[in-house]
Amino acid sequence: MTAAAPQPGLAGYNFAYLDEQTKRMIRRAILKAVAIPGYQVPFASREMPLSYGWGTGGVQLTAALIGPDDVLKVIDQGADDTTNAVSIRKFFATTTGVATTTRTAAATLIQTRHRIPETPLADGQIMVFQVPIPEPLRWLERREVESRRMHALEDYGVMYVKLYEDIVRHGKIATAYDYPVMVNQRYVMAPSPIPKFDNPKLDRSPALMLFGAGREKRIYALPPYTAVKSLDFEDHPFEVQSWSQACALCGATDSYLDEIITDDRGGRMFVCSDTDHCRQRTTAEGNSR
Amino acid sequence: MSAPEALLPDALLPDALLPDALLKVAALTHLYGRRVGCRDVGFALWPGEVMGVVGESGSGKTTLLHCLSGMLAPSAGTVHYRTRTEGWQDIHRLPEARRRLLMRTDWGIVHQNPRDGLRLGVSAGANIGERLLAGGVRHYGRVRAEAEAWLGEVEIDRARLDDLPSRFSGGMLQRLQIARNLVTRPRLIFMDEPTGGLDVSVQARLLDLLRGLVRDLGLAAVIVTHDLAVVRLLAHRLMVMKEGAVVESGLTDQVLDDPRHPYTQLLVASVLQG
Repeated sequence: MTAAAPQPGLAGYNFAYLDEQTKRMIRRAILKAVAIPGYQVPFASREMPLSYGWGTGGVQLTAALIGPDDVLKVIDQGADDTTNAVSIRKFFATTTGVATTTRTAAATLIQTRHRIPETPLADGQIMVFQVPIPEPLRWLERREVESRRMHALEDYGVMYVKLYEDIVRHGKIATAYDYPVMVNQRYVMAPSPIPKFDNPKLDRSPALMLFGAGREKRIYALPPYTAVKSLDFEDHPFEVQSWSQACALCGATDSYLDEIITDDRGGRMFVCSDTDHCRQRTTAEGNSR
Repeated sequence: MSAPEALLPDALLPDALLPDALLKVAALTHLYGRRVGCRDVGFALWPGEVMGVVGESGSGKTTLLHCLSGMLAPSAGTVHYRTRTEGWQDIHRLPEARRRLLMRTDWGIVHQNPRDGLRLGVSAGANIGERLLAGGVRHYGRVRAEAEAWLGEVEIDRARLDDLPSRFSGGMLQRLQIARNLVTRPRLIFMDEPTGGLDVSVQARLLDLLRGLVRDLGLAAVIVTHDLAVVRLLAHRLMVMKEGAVVESGLTDQVLDDPRHPYTQLLVASVLQG
């Protein structure tokens, strides 16, 4: 390779780590994914400098999309300050020199693991999801060839068999995360392991949602304002989780709460999983922590 | 449509009846490389009629059944089916989506090994309900009620609705498989050795059940078996296969009581007399 062009980022590496040919390949896959909402587009996933399961798919999407003017936010289970989030944010800060933020509203590009921010997304924002298993039929149909054919023929009976079986065993649909959705009345899609609490935020979202699975080599997308319906039965409609208490820090009653064990005598508290949301509320309302 | 002479050269099939038939098969051939699976098979099947196919193992019975039921594309020949709304269709020329729809609504396929036709990881109710769910029923209570009714229909205790099929006996599995197929009220059922691997008393009960269901629901069926007792009890008409070809066909009693072809005579003579 010739010497790196003079540009922001890390000397000796291309902008955003990936070479330009790879980025073009990924962008082509993204375009196809956006053209067919919910359809899993295969792509030539690269080895990334982090292990599979840590967001190799999401990192490649972000690397292919990020430009010098972007403002990046990375969250892991809603938090901006956990290992995965900190490492990936630092990775892109180092290799691109772009501005980073923890504020949802200020970000143009948000890479996420397992949450959608509580702050409503806006036009022009892009969400990048890290996906471990892109195939919603994986646990129901072992054969990849057959599951692709089922998608092609819209043969989704078995998906409802799973929901039926949930009700038989648990009295309700027990799937709490990675809850399957019907995209644009055509493809059944795994929304990555976000809690089903976040499923309604997918529906007709003004932001572009991109899903990357590095190990499984698949990219899929929800273009802005795409209809997304969580699968359910007429007599067992889709419901999101609810909590009997409010967030112990900010008092929010409408956000997704994490249970935190505070001691070994059964002490526990419920706090917002979205740290940015929680912080905004505590500073805005002037509550003391 | 197929030429009448390609059908059974059989006085029992006057051409005038053909428009009422359900299934028309003409010159159906399937080759495995240079080996013959089945060769030049032709017949017609009417609503409510049960066709038995007998022959020794390796005679092409199962290949024929797979070609008829759309699971295997034949090397030559046609299978026409009279659909409820769109008249006669060549099932091997239908788009796969349509063929699958047909297979899970208007047809039933009962496998020899019930484990091939059932989902062992989900409850009996879910197994029966799968076709309804695939057909777009999105009401849990209705699917469950229907599944329960069909469980009773095939004489399985309704209390076992939520049990896993892996806890069922062989005979119950086979009956569950039948219920799973019948829930969409098909018009045509394909059965491959439905009583294979079951002990004699369970066989008898299953045959009784099948005979009742076929009669009450007006089902047409193609039953492949090597067991002459099964066809004597269930089948109206019979085809005897040898080396991939049909060597003799006709009314069941006629074929079994007055076999003409040497192979049929051998087959009938080799039945153990009680």
